[in-house]
Amino acid sequence: MTTQPITTAPKRKVRNFALLSNRAGAAFLTPAGILVAVFVIFPFFWVIFVSFTNRTLLGRTALNPEFVGLANYLALFDPNIFFQRGQFGFSLILTTQFVIASALIGQALLGLLLAWLIQTVPAWVKRLTETFVIAAWILPEVVIGFAWFAFLDRDAGTLNMMLNAIGLPSGDFLLESPFWVIVVFNTWRGAAFSMMLFNSAFSSIPPSYFQAADVAGASSWQKFRDIAVPLIRGHIVTNLILITMWTFNTFTPFLLTNGGPSYRTELVSIYNYRVAFQDFQFGKGAAVGVIMMLINLAFALVYLSLGRKKKVR
Amino acid sequence: MSNRLRSLALGLVGATAVALPAFAVDLNVTCRCVIGGVNSATAQWIEESVIPAFEAAHPDVNVVLNQFGGEDAQLTQQLALDFSTGAGPDVTAFDGFLIPSFVEGGLLKSLDEVAGAEVNDWSGWAALSEGSRALMLYEGKYYGIPLGTDVRMVHTRKDILAEAGIAADWQPTSWEELLDAARAIKAIKPDSFPLQINAGVAMGEATTMQGYWLALLGTGEAVTDENGKFIVASQGILDTLNLYKTVYVDEKLGDQRAQLLADGRNRSFANFRDGVTALLLEGDYFYRSVTPEGSEFAVANRDQVQGWVKMPAKEPGAGIRGQDFVTISGGTGFVLNPATDTPKEAWAFLSFMNEPAQLEAFQAIQPRITARTDVAIPNSPFLTETSQTLLPLTTARPNDPSYNAVSSEIQRMTEAVVSGELSPEEAMAQYKSAVTAIVGADNTVSLL
Repeated sequence: MTTQPITTAPKRKVRNFALLSNRAGAAFLTPAGILVAVFVIFPFFWVIFVSFTNRTLLGRTALNPEFVGLANYLALFDPNIFFQRGQFGFSLILTTQFVIASALIGQALLGLLLAWLIQTVPAWVKRLTETFVIAAWILPEVVIGFAWFAFLDRDAGTLNMMLNAIGLPSGDFLLESPFWVIVVFNTWRGAAFSMMLFNSAFSSIPPSYFQAADVAGASSWQKFRDIAVPLIRGHIVTNLILITMWTFNTFTPFLLTNGGPSYRTELVSIYNYRVAFQDFQFGKGAAVGVIMMLINLAFALVYLSLGRKKKVR
Repeated sequence: MSNRLRSLALGLVGATAVALPAFAVDLNVTCRCVIGGVNSATAQWIEESVIPAFEAAHPDVNVVLNQFGGEDAQLTQQLALDFSTGAGPDVTAFDGFLIPSFVEGGLLKSLDEVAGAEVNDWSGWAALSEGSRALMLYEGKYYGIPLGTDVRMVHTRKDILAEAGIAADWQPTSWEELLDAARAIKAIKPDSFPLQINAGVAMGEATTMQGYWLALLGTGEAVTDENGKFIVASQGILDTLNLYKTVYVDEKLGDQRAQLLADGRNRSFANFRDGVTALLLEGDYFYRSVTPEGSEFAVANRDQVQGWVKMPAKEPGAGIRGQDFVTISGGTGFVLNPATDTPKEAWAFLSFMNEPAQLEAFQAIQPRITARTDVAIPNSPFLTETSQTLLPLTTARPNDPSYNAVSSEIQRMTEAVVSGELSPEEAMAQYKSAVTAIVGADNTVSLL
């Protein structure tokens, strides 16, 4: 198992400019190989193994877990309860809605819009906008989680104070519309990445294209639709796949809502955490983890195949 | 030399000369207690009385108290994960109902297994009262020393009841009478939430014990039947859930938000303090530890305005064992980490804090119902009255390794109802499928 990452390295016999002999190279790679094996490969197979048992942390099945075959998976996909609130199917659907609303529509669209708008503004406005957007991106998760929690609080939250100041009634956002809270939160949080990516993509377009369009009297929308978007299509696809994966796996909304009230914001990552580390059902939690791994694998394969196609071209 | 430099130098000396006798043994003690915060009296007792006295008697032991400020369930989570990896404090406060699931999971060992046979020679065992002995006992072995037991009741705001025209010697004899009082208060104070019955996931075991159990026992049922099987469908469960629905959804007699928010239990305390809530189902803990003068939720002029009544059954005589009134008891104590490096010292500390001398020091800070019969309860009319009235009526939770997991499902069931998401029937169906998944169909029973 330990030598696997080493043997795959010199697969294609192009031309070996190595400074070291194969043997010395292997010796240098071994420590890293062992670390990868111990901390990545072994846990990977261990999780798959545990998902076929009824192992728990507390109670009788902690010390004597039994092999239960596919029972954990069948329980997750039990059609009688699949769509019930607080069950796997519910949180899977919720996560899909969350990804569509906050990543694909929210982050990507807002990022694209911001990136396009700051192409033509004065340099200082551009820099200022970038600074603020990126600040939202680089702040530690726990800090912004708490900041948003405080911002949205019903009784003493900043948002309600501002609403009251202009004569609007207070809202109980975290309890009444928790899903939209985490959608807005995740959009705010992640738009910076899309903006930066699209910004650099736009910069790579030769300015002469736009100048020519200006001479022809094209509007901003026409330039965007007919020049910018077709030229950065590859970037858009890459961006969509990356943010879909990140949003699918995100756990930060837990800091705002704890997955509640009544599971209304229980994304699959939060569901997985609850099953494994609050209910301590390691077997079932591992099964959820394996399914999440498979979904991520599918995303990753799409991403990799796209990258490969680009290289061939 | 500044203090920081000095401590740095001392640390270096300590690190290089580990054999230094002054640093021979470090003991870590954890409890959900913070001076000036939650369970302040416990923290104060350990920090100011137990530790100095213990260190004076054992000069080679250095004891540190970790004051844990989070929720009960969070401490349980931390201890379970710590113990499973051989980490964690040497001595920790522990709720008795968790012992079966921890023991079966291999996360707790009996005291004599951890610290040796000398544990069984401790003079304190004989002094424990019959009822409290069971609190830390599982399959005939002690896993910790119980500190005390408790009872549950309805705490009342006498000033608000009087305002609503309710007699001073009012004692409801049915749920309907309890609800009528709440309705009367709601009528004169439309913005208030007169009745608090704990519900929801955030309050953890407080939902199950103070809320669900207190109501369920009034229907003549318990969580398990006489054979120890979990009841997953019954009229009692439906009646209980309908009570929640009446209070939180249909008539808004209770503060729905407090059941759903993460800090809901504190909100319920604040409601009582501020007179928003006049009827609060809680343990004697609420009187002992939450509302005394000087604490965060102190009720002003407490002796005049705070009272209590017994929790009535649904109808007179409809309660468990045919009782008119119901209550339930639990108990906490301290346990030893099975993986402690210093079992002898840990046991010495645990038994030391449970000697009469230390327990009397605790009673001086905060009187409570003690586990030891040779420690007198100081003059506290509230405790004397409640324990004499309610201990004969009390019930205990099942000593079952699955209880903790089932309790979580109870909390989810109540949350689904009080949030208005599910009807009582739907919530019970969900509970049934969840509990069946936990304990297996053979260990459940349906009474419908």
